[in-house]
Amino acid sequence: MFYREAGQFKTSYKADQAIFTITQDKFFVGLVLIVAFCVVPIFINDYWANAILIQFLVYALAALGLNILTGYCGQVSLGTGGFMAVGAYASYKLVTSFPEMNFVLAILLSGGITAAVGVVFGLPSLRIKGFYLAVATLAAQFFLVWLFNKVGWFFNYSPTGMIVSPPREMFGFLVTGPEAHPGARYLFCLTFVAIFALAAKNLVRGRVGRSWMAIRDMDIAAELIGIRPLEAKLTAFAVSSFYIGVAGALYFNVWLGTAEPTEAFDINQSFFVLFIVIIGGLGSILGSFLGAAFMVLIPILMKNIMVDGFGFAVGAAKHAEVMLLGTLIILFLIVEPHGLARLWEILKEKLRKWPFPY
Amino acid sequence: MLFLLETVISGLMAGVMYALVALGFVLIFKASGIFNFAQGVFALFAGLALYDFIATDGWFYELFGFALPVWLGIIATMGVMIIVAWLVEFLVLRHLVNQEPIILFMSTIGLAYFLEGLGDILFGSDVKPLDIGLPQGASDYLLDNFNLYVEKLEVVAAVVAAVLVVVLAIFFQKTRIGRALRAVADDHQAALSVGISLRTIWVIVWSVSGFVALVAGVMWGSKSGIQFSLSLIALKALPVLILGGFTSVPGAIIGGLIIGVGEKVAEVFAGPYVGGAIENWFAYVLALGFLLIRPQGLFGEKIIERV
Amino acid sequence: MAHERNIGDTILSVDQISLSFGGVKALSNISFAVKEHEVFAIIGPNGAGKSSMLNCINGFYHPQEGTITFKGNTRRQVRPSEAARQGIARTFQNIALFNGMSTLDNIMTGRNTKMNKGIFWQALRFGPAEKEEMEHRAVVERVIDFLEIEAIRKTAVGTLPYGLQKRVELGRALAAEPDLLLLDEPMAGMNLEEKQDMCRFILDVNDEFGTTIVLIEHDMGVVMDISDRVVVLDYGKKLAEGTPDEVRTNQDVIDAYLGVSHDDEEA
Repeated sequence: MFYREAGQFKTSYKADQAIFTITQDKFFVGLVLIVAFCVVPIFINDYWANAILIQFLVYALAALGLNILTGYCGQVSLGTGGFMAVGAYASYKLVTSFPEMNFVLAILLSGGITAAVGVVFGLPSLRIKGFYLAVATLAAQFFLVWLFNKVGWFFNYSPTGMIVSPPREMFGFLVTGPEAHPGARYLFCLTFVAIFALAAKNLVRGRVGRSWMAIRDMDIAAELIGIRPLEAKLTAFAVSSFYIGVAGALYFNVWLGTAEPTEAFDINQSFFVLFIVIIGGLGSILGSFLGAAFMVLIPILMKNIMVDGFGFAVGAAKHAEVMLLGTLIILFLIVEPHGLARLWEILKEKLRKWPFPY
Repeated sequence: MLFLLETVISGLMAGVMYALVALGFVLIFKASGIFNFAQGVFALFAGLALYDFIATDGWFYELFGFALPVWLGIIATMGVMIIVAWLVEFLVLRHLVNQEPIILFMSTIGLAYFLEGLGDILFGSDVKPLDIGLPQGASDYLLDNFNLYVEKLEVVAAVVAAVLVVVLAIFFQKTRIGRALRAVADDHQAALSVGISLRTIWVIVWSVSGFVALVAGVMWGSKSGIQFSLSLIALKALPVLILGGFTSVPGAIIGGLIIGVGEKVAEVFAGPYVGGAIENWFAYVLALGFLLIRPQGLFGEKIIERV
Repeated sequence: MAHERNIGDTILSVDQISLSFGGVKALSNISFAVKEHEVFAIIGPNGAGKSSMLNCINGFYHPQEGTITFKGNTRRQVRPSEAARQGIARTFQNIALFNGMSTLDNIMTGRNTKMNKGIFWQALRFGPAEKEEMEHRAVVERVIDFLEIEAIRKTAVGTLPYGLQKRVELGRALAAEPDLLLLDEPMAGMNLEEKQDMCRFILDVNDEFGTTIVLIEHDMGVVMDISDRVVVLDYGKKLAEGTPDEVRTNQDVIDAYLGVSHDDEEA
């Protein structure tokens, strides 16, 4: 009974189509943002930043990107790892070639470069669909990883083949490199993610989002009412790759510090983000966050329960985690294909009546 | 010239191995409309189970004190694969009737992860050599007379693959069950409405596919030991299927051969110019090219859209 | 039942259209003309090629021979999205709604060709994009009002009953403010009440907005009642063209399709 909408009338179309139409929602989200921006940086430490929060933010961003492409526009992609690599290596080359460049600008440019690459690899989507498109994106995935392994220019001919992120500052605070304060790194990522999430929500509730969903639901009908498939699909690839590229740049610079293509950006990474999107809910902005939180926390939970709690070997815990993941994917696909986001909505529905059962 | 011939033959042999795995995919796709990403893991699982039955350092030996002879081990493994097929139908497929292909595909990814983790826990992740009496080493006949290096094992694999293809083709075209399988692949609901029992069909086809996986597992395992890279074979099979057509049994063979030869030749002749390891992506780019020009592959069925 | 309207000149003319799929000839040398502001029916037995004809006008099928002239532009084939932008809208025999979206969103997609604020404005939303969205929302609301579907605005269309889905689909076509509206069996699967509602909507559209309507329909009562002129197809060939009365008494048409003429002279 606390979560009811009774008495909340909308008197304009603008209010009706706002992101949060229920006052309680606005309040709750506002609270989360205040805590995220003001409270957490004060209490954060290295462990929380490294093991949980920054990973969560980066993967949420990548999931937003993949969700735009696969969840909203219906174009399956298994190339997320490869595109994250493009973002990471683009940022590396920019930052090492132009040391004076503003770091935020470098990250955004990396996103732009990834968007261009994404459009190129997205061109086949005009002729092939669904599952076959997944194969094309696999081509992108394997090719890109090979490219960053082999072509020395990308890793500045370093003998180890790895790239290292040089220390960079923002407003006088170090945000990359081993000396950076965890709070600074966290806030840096959080700002990106918050802005990008808002942009994504705006996109999907407007003309562009509707054209994406139309293509996803019935692309023939979409074309017949005037939506140009070329425009819609390539826009989806571009925006999605932009997000994923920025996520990759943040992943490398702020979280990993050093990277090597096969480990950091291979097909398993693509599957990881895909799982986030499936579990979180295809076609849901909130779902990207819920899924990312879920997938980041699972290994930690498994380790805590199995290794510290029951004394299993670390390897066994890893295998059990893999099994659990597989089971969860199947479970979600059977029971709730719209993922955690839908479960959340159902919960809210129940909250409308709580504590009265009828 | 001789070198080219050897490369081509080596490619053909690799291609046969791919084709063996691709066959399993074709079967399931033909009958369920699903691309079973877990097929590679099936092959791995079958190989692990077989090893466990016939070796002296596995669970079976520990529990019963003796190891099975090879022929019995194969039958036992087949039994295991049938149980796996039944469980997959019962726990997964039954609940996903009439969902879109992409949902089914993703559920097989989940299945692959699950089986891989299970295999790791049950059997351990070290490489297991599989010796079931298949001939090893290079063919002396070819080496002595033609100066060609060809492994005997690969020749056996080629023969086995050929036999499998013929048997499967007959099965699909001529038998009642084969027809039912094709009906199910076309439209689940329509097949149900004419009285075809989806469950039975699926258990049958996934078992047959399990058998093909076993054969593939045995061939690969004899060649390089049972190891986890086998589970990644699924990724290699995709380009094979694109080329050959997802629904064509002979297509899987032809596709496999083309990919096998193409990879080897590209690696040997173009590799040195770009630093090698072209094999990692060559198959995909080739498949991509095909997708743009001829999406249904060489032998697949054309997809027509109506409004 | 004839009603007063100012029917204009030819807006759509189909000239010698032939269409084949592999060996099957779906349409042979079809020619007819549709005048602006009129209600024009295409009738004929199943498989006669009626839907194929609409698909050619729409640009979904590309005929091998012949041309189509719409508002002065002559072409043989056209991209469907271009046809839509020229002012042709359409509904489908088997409903082609976007099941993942609500009624409101589905109809809003009909406005897509008229909205043009770019990606960056969309991402920002505040400002020009918001203004554009609200303008078009107002137009869509008028369509919703016209079709009396306010109550199901936010419902996911996949959950709606068949009759309502057809209405939403009509709404999506109307939202585009088309010059030519192609309706493919709009009454299929409806009961008497729903048919009457749909008839009323079609006639109101033609009356209020002056939209030219081409419809495929099997219900002869409806066709004779609301059409100004009719063309009859059979096995891909044209049998007759003219007013409903002319067509009804045409012997070829009776033999192929209508059967022995019956006594339903009530108009």
